[in-house]
Amino acid sequence: MSAYDLPDKRGHFGPYGGLFVSETLMQPLAELRKAYEKLRNDPKFNAEFAEDLRLYVGRPSPLYPAKRLTDMWGGARIYLKREDLNHTGAHKVNNTIGQALLARHMGKTRVIAETGAGQHGVATATVAARFGMKCVVYMGSEDIKRQAINVYRMKLLGAEVVPVESGSKTLKDALNEAMRDWVTNVEDTFYIIGTVAGPHPYPAMVRDFQSVIGKEVRYQIQEFEGRLPDALVACVGGGSNAMGLFYPFIDDAEVALYGVEAAGEGIESGKHAATLCTGKPGVLHGNRTYLLETEDGQIIETHSISAGLDYPGVGPEHAWLKDAHRARYVSITDSEALAAFHELTRIEGIMPALESSHAIAYAKKLAPELGKDKVIVVNLSGRGDKDIHTVANLEGIKF
Amino acid sequence: MSRIASIFQQLHKRDRRALIPYITAGDPEPWVTVPLMHALVTAGADILELGVPFSDPMADGPVIQRASERALKNRVRLVDVLNMVREFRAKDDKTPVVLMGYLNPIEVMGYERFAAAAAAAGVDGALTVDLPPEEAGAFTPVLRRHNLDAIFLIAPTSGEERVSRIAAAASGFIYYVSLRGVTGAAHLDVNEVEAKLKSIRRHTRLPLGVGFGINSPEMAAAMARIADAVVVGSAIVRRIEEMAGTPDRVLGEVPAFVASLRRAMDSATVSPEQVSGGRA
Repeated sequence: MSAYDLPDKRGHFGPYGGLFVSETLMQPLAELRKAYEKLRNDPKFNAEFAEDLRLYVGRPSPLYPAKRLTDMWGGARIYLKREDLNHTGAHKVNNTIGQALLARHMGKTRVIAETGAGQHGVATATVAARFGMKCVVYMGSEDIKRQAINVYRMKLLGAEVVPVESGSKTLKDALNEAMRDWVTNVEDTFYIIGTVAGPHPYPAMVRDFQSVIGKEVRYQIQEFEGRLPDALVACVGGGSNAMGLFYPFIDDAEVALYGVEAAGEGIESGKHAATLCTGKPGVLHGNRTYLLETEDGQIIETHSISAGLDYPGVGPEHAWLKDAHRARYVSITDSEALAAFHELTRIEGIMPALESSHAIAYAKKLAPELGKDKVIVVNLSGRGDKDIHTVANLEGIKF
Repeated sequence: MSRIASIFQQLHKRDRRALIPYITAGDPEPWVTVPLMHALVTAGADILELGVPFSDPMADGPVIQRASERALKNRVRLVDVLNMVREFRAKDDKTPVVLMGYLNPIEVMGYERFAAAAAAAGVDGALTVDLPPEEAGAFTPVLRRHNLDAIFLIAPTSGEERVSRIAAAASGFIYYVSLRGVTGAAHLDVNEVEAKLKSIRRHTRLPLGVGFGINSPEMAAAMARIADAVVVGSAIVRRIEEMAGTPDRVLGEVPAFVASLRRAMDSATVSPEQVSGGRA
């Protein structure tokens, strides 16, 4: 089997990905592609990126053997990739640093971003502050209500947070609005997309910046196990933390890849965000991928307890990995995720983001199935501080 | 000859420019659309651009997005839009109708099924704003086979190489996006548009329409001097929105606005004796 080398030159992962944007964006995207192609193999750029990840983000993030969890679950040995320990508390910053460096090389002075849970917005506002760039973050007004603390963090960092009132007032609408800003202000503006979706080259570029996660796991696991893991588990909304973990392992057929989507109140309730598990291929936000849509092709509102998974599309590379049977996509409900949130908090003293709690919850099912001699690495993509209001609310506690 | 080609040929003989108003199908209410289409033709429209509502109209500004939302609230689907065209065609078999929208509803229906149904309903062309020629390889030939024109956009940022690629894929007319940004934005520079149209004409003999940012009779007149067609969208849809609660007023006042665009365009291009002769 030849080494995995997708996407192709036109940004296609099999039938997925591509460039489905209005003509106005074709030229800016071509410029971005050119700049990224030039810099991705430039040793100086890569050294700059690596140094920022080390000194500013605090990488490498630890690979933590969760021994108590392993004992309790009575199956495979569980390791947690601690992206929650990154500066700003999630994996998102790996990508925003990469794109902000690229923006600086392209001479752009203003960055914009869309955000759902607010983690990508915070990560963008953070690097904008550090690089002295103007920053505007688009956020659905529903998400602003759910994530008040992150909104305030972004403002403290000097970003302007623009509430998006259109459509379902969530992440997908924020993405539409950010695209509009970019079309209008492309001269001085760089659009930092937060996930492995959007038009080419974003899915590949964000994946490349996030793949530091998987690269670290590859050598870190050697120290404990002297071999590669049997399974990788990560939550999938747009899919950037999962792609970052999976990508360096795609050619290792013996490593099973599990992407965990949000089943919300249950698949059968219709209130979920399990795009790969239940959706159909279509075109949204610049790429062809699986979508949650009505019978006549309108994108539907999704539901998840975690704003970061609440997205009706998914990165096109995940769509391809699903069809190619290289990765398996499963789903976890709100209540299962919530239980995992509490379990990890109480057993290991680590409070996971509700997004990452979906991955933890699935690992709990997988561990006994695989058995004691197997090894599972779970991507703990973010920390749960931002979610304590949600969790408290569900338990009837008001601050 | 297609309806679109024949309209441009007739207009050319009379030294007139095509006026292409845009409305979103089903906005403000489904029953308004067909009577409004007829009224727009009476007011002087040469080609009608009919928007297919989509939940995520990324390339449109807030005005057209809200029109889409109103139409979707009215449960207007792509099949309903095609039925509206069929109903329009029963009384008007001359005025071309171009569907403008996004790819996903068409993907769901299937290219072949869409093209066959659109042609049968009397649609003349389709403009899918999120489908550049690079990705249109499977779609354009299906349209052609059903004698539908594939309308493409050219942007201020499109370089020579892209312009020639788009010109090769396009038929009917080419739609030049007269400003950076989304539909309904401001700041239109007539000289810049004129220069770009000249450079596009080196690559194609297709008629060139100009749209995005044309919001007054004066601007329509200025564009009529340099382009073959003038597309007006947001300025019309904004008026529809203002009168959304009283659809009867929409049917009176929106055509009146379109008639004012028509007069301004004609006085910019047609000599006085031709104007007195009236419309054929």
